[in-house]
Amino acid sequence: MLQETIRQQLIAIVGSDFYKDDPQSLVTHSYDGTPMLQALPDGVIYPASTEQVSAIMKVLNTHRIPVIGRGSGTNLCGGTVPVEGGVVMVMHRMNRILEVDLENLVAIVQPGLITKSFIAHVESLGLFYPPDPSSMAISTIGGNIAECSGGLRGLKYGTTKDYVLGLEAVLASGEIIRTGGKLMKDVAGYDLTKLLVGSEGTLAIITEATLKLVPPPKYKKTMLAMYKDLYGAARTVSKIIENRIIPSTLEFLDNATVRVVDDFAKLGLPLDMEAILLIEQDGETEMVERDIARIEEICRSEQAHSVSVAESPEEALKLLTARRSAFTALARLRPTTILEDATVPRSKIAEMVLEINRIAHKHQVTICTFGHAGDGNLHPTATTDARDKEEIHRVEAAFEEIFEAAIRLGGTITGEHGVGLVKSPYLEWKVGSAGIEVMKAVKQAFDPHHLLNPGKIFAKQSRKRVVLQHG
Amino acid sequence: MVKTEDRLTVGITSATAANVNTHGTEPACSSPRSPQLQLAGKLKLRLDEDQLTNCMRCGFCLPACPTFRETGIEAESPRGRIALMKAVTDGLMMPDQSFEEQMSHCLGCRACEPACPADVKYGQLIEQTREAIEEHTESHRWWVKPLRQVVFKQLFPHQKRVRLLGGAMQLYQQSGLRKLARSAGVMKLLPAHLSEMEQVLPNASSKGIVQKIGSHHPAKGMKIATVGMFRGCLMDMLFTETNIKTVELLTEAGFEVVIPDTQACCGALHAHSGETEDARSLARKNIAAFQAAGVDYIVSNAGGCGAILSEYDHLLHEDEQWREGAVWLAKRVVDISDLLIRSGKLATAQTKEQPIRITYQDSCHLRNVMRSADAPRKLLREVSGAEFVEMFEADRCCGSAGTYNIVQPEMAGGLLERKMEHANATKAHYLLTSNPGCLLQMKLGAAKHGDGQMQVQHIVDFLHERLVHNSSEKAKEQA
Repeated sequence: MLQETIRQQLIAIVGSDFYKDDPQSLVTHSYDGTPMLQALPDGVIYPASTEQVSAIMKVLNTHRIPVIGRGSGTNLCGGTVPVEGGVVMVMHRMNRILEVDLENLVAIVQPGLITKSFIAHVESLGLFYPPDPSSMAISTIGGNIAECSGGLRGLKYGTTKDYVLGLEAVLASGEIIRTGGKLMKDVAGYDLTKLLVGSEGTLAIITEATLKLVPPPKYKKTMLAMYKDLYGAARTVSKIIENRIIPSTLEFLDNATVRVVDDFAKLGLPLDMEAILLIEQDGETEMVERDIARIEEICRSEQAHSVSVAESPEEALKLLTARRSAFTALARLRPTTILEDATVPRSKIAEMVLEINRIAHKHQVTICTFGHAGDGNLHPTATTDARDKEEIHRVEAAFEEIFEAAIRLGGTITGEHGVGLVKSPYLEWKVGSAGIEVMKAVKQAFDPHHLLNPGKIFAKQSRKRVVLQHG
Repeated sequence: MVKTEDRLTVGITSATAANVNTHGTEPACSSPRSPQLQLAGKLKLRLDEDQLTNCMRCGFCLPACPTFRETGIEAESPRGRIALMKAVTDGLMMPDQSFEEQMSHCLGCRACEPACPADVKYGQLIEQTREAIEEHTESHRWWVKPLRQVVFKQLFPHQKRVRLLGGAMQLYQQSGLRKLARSAGVMKLLPAHLSEMEQVLPNASSKGIVQKIGSHHPAKGMKIATVGMFRGCLMDMLFTETNIKTVELLTEAGFEVVIPDTQACCGALHAHSGETEDARSLARKNIAAFQAAGVDYIVSNAGGCGAILSEYDHLLHEDEQWREGAVWLAKRVVDISDLLIRSGKLATAQTKEQPIRITYQDSCHLRNVMRSADAPRKLLREVSGAEFVEMFEADRCCGSAGTYNIVQPEMAGGLLERKMEHANATKAHYLLTSNPGCLLQMKLGAAKHGDGQMQVQHIVDFLHERLVHNSSEKAKEQA
């Protein structure tokens, strides 16, 4: 518990209903969506305004108390677990849409806004906000910005970073900064907006965001291509891109995933397929029809066993359901589901999938793979049991090799989930020691006393990268 | 990835052990006889470790949870409550009074279960927790414990007493006593939410369905199957007419109906409130009663009863002697709407009124446990001359939830207010539902927040008026 005088200062800012340090509040803010991680904070605070956030930060800064910004705690990298104690700052009360500017096609929102509510509101006005993380029914815009969330539409429309035009944020000192704005072009100095997006709560507390909106696509078409040969599916992905077609969605599910998806969703998918691609294109009717026809040709030329185009929106929805239920279905296989986030250049998808299968086999663990193949972002997912320590060790050894393989193929250790705590030992593999040093210097400039989400991104020790013996 | 030992260090030792004793919880070794410690021990014993482990904390349950939506507080969510249960079994926190309160805040609507990717059986976890709490608690409000004693142990397990109470209520309602009590201001002595409830209670009856129409009812026309009717306690005392109409709908649809008089209360209220042993003994009586009646289906017209009946297999899974019978009963349980749809024999209904608008409030347990949301809607859409309007968030709990609206009036009141905003927005003439608790709650809602135009009815009453009459008339025409 914090010292009584500090508690009183915090309570004076937000009121006694909105600062909590009873065991119940501490336990329920000791975790996020990441398996097997838990640590208790010293307190939980619910600010209602930027001014309150600033005043809170001044108190915490004076007493050198860590602060962990938190939305709904759905992240999968340990990003909101208070590993060094401190105060968890829950942004749920700051959840308003402040403005939708129909002349400039931007919206100004508070960080605690639920992503799906925002998307629904924007769509009711005939506009489109593309970032669609699978957790959007509960995740917050602030959390999406902190982790730079992706989703099924990332391939064509980009991810959260491509839609954040400006931010208001509170620094560790309590100072308020504003970056960017309603403008599409801005090169006045370093791009602090982009720097804060994906900074995982380690540089500042985001209190307001200006988001870009776009016109919605007029028309869309969905298709499913099934393969008996993994390579064929993977080559199709590369070939679609090579042919300069960028579908709005291009998803991959491997055999193991197809089996569980079908088992639970009862879609009647063929179980002898090595891989399934789910492809969607949107835009002007003529262009969509042309692209879908061309994609179908490419699928067939790569020996797709069957290709079916959804005839109705209902059928399309059924196909998308198959993909969206992948995580759902996998979670039912074993008690613990560890979903990872290895990402490679799109031309290396086939190699990466084979590597994952080889590594899983080598370590005798079950890893199913699905993901956003179109943008190279795969989700190898281990189904295991946290209580079996020996198996968990094998799972972790397998993931270490998977990250190694991703880097070797020119990829990265995370495409959309963030580094947080769980991937911090591997960050150096991706950015190098000079990269880490620059990042640390940036951190120093924003947060000299290391109060903002300590223990994240930067590991105490990097894992040594060994050249692995294959075979 | 952080290695296992790092994760576990972060998780269970450094932060937690270091922090927990400084946070006002009792150290685990302070007093071996403290009730909290006993409760912790009981929870460790009773909570299903697999289910606790299955929760992967993804947060998908949060938007489905009414109490989380009402408060926005993590502890008021299924993920939060499971974390609290797990923290107790991990020795991370003591089950203090706020823990007990949090567990009783849950409506038990089970909306989190269909939303859960990992298929965590939250309903079982909350029942196990409440059972452990009930054995140890000292923290009920002064009137709750004696009331529970009377209701759970002295009243519901005894059908005759239920009817006796029905008779007493009938006397009170019809003899002028009610008028007298109301005008004398006696009602003001009750908490506001109880006196409001008193005003919407329908006329009770001292005679249940069997006393009124007997136990055996042959099918009309070709018999499809034999159905055992589960009559319920509240349904039989307050809605006897609805029970009778249920039988008529079923016989009309081609089912032979048997109502074993030896059946007991379903035990739902007991199980949801932690009186699990009582629930088990009621379950045994019901299994015996329906097995003796030799039925193909057991039909329920109350979502709450139907749900617990369909989970008798879980309730008695440790009871070797009754396990098989429990499975037998559980898989035969079906809601009236589902059975009517399955029969397909009822004539298309036609409403004789001016074109009317109808809407439907789901019974949480019918929807989330029995997973039946389509059948009632399909039936209502078939009523010609009536326009079915889907109510926004019809799948959300109305706040009734067994005895919840009596013991948690504030949360229940908030939920009801929101519910009635959506109900009123449909501008429906009829608001229909499939469970007596919901029915009373919605009647209360319509009386408190309605525009006076909306009638609240059990779906059976509504359909009976339009289906049975229509069928009989059609039959007459054909003859």
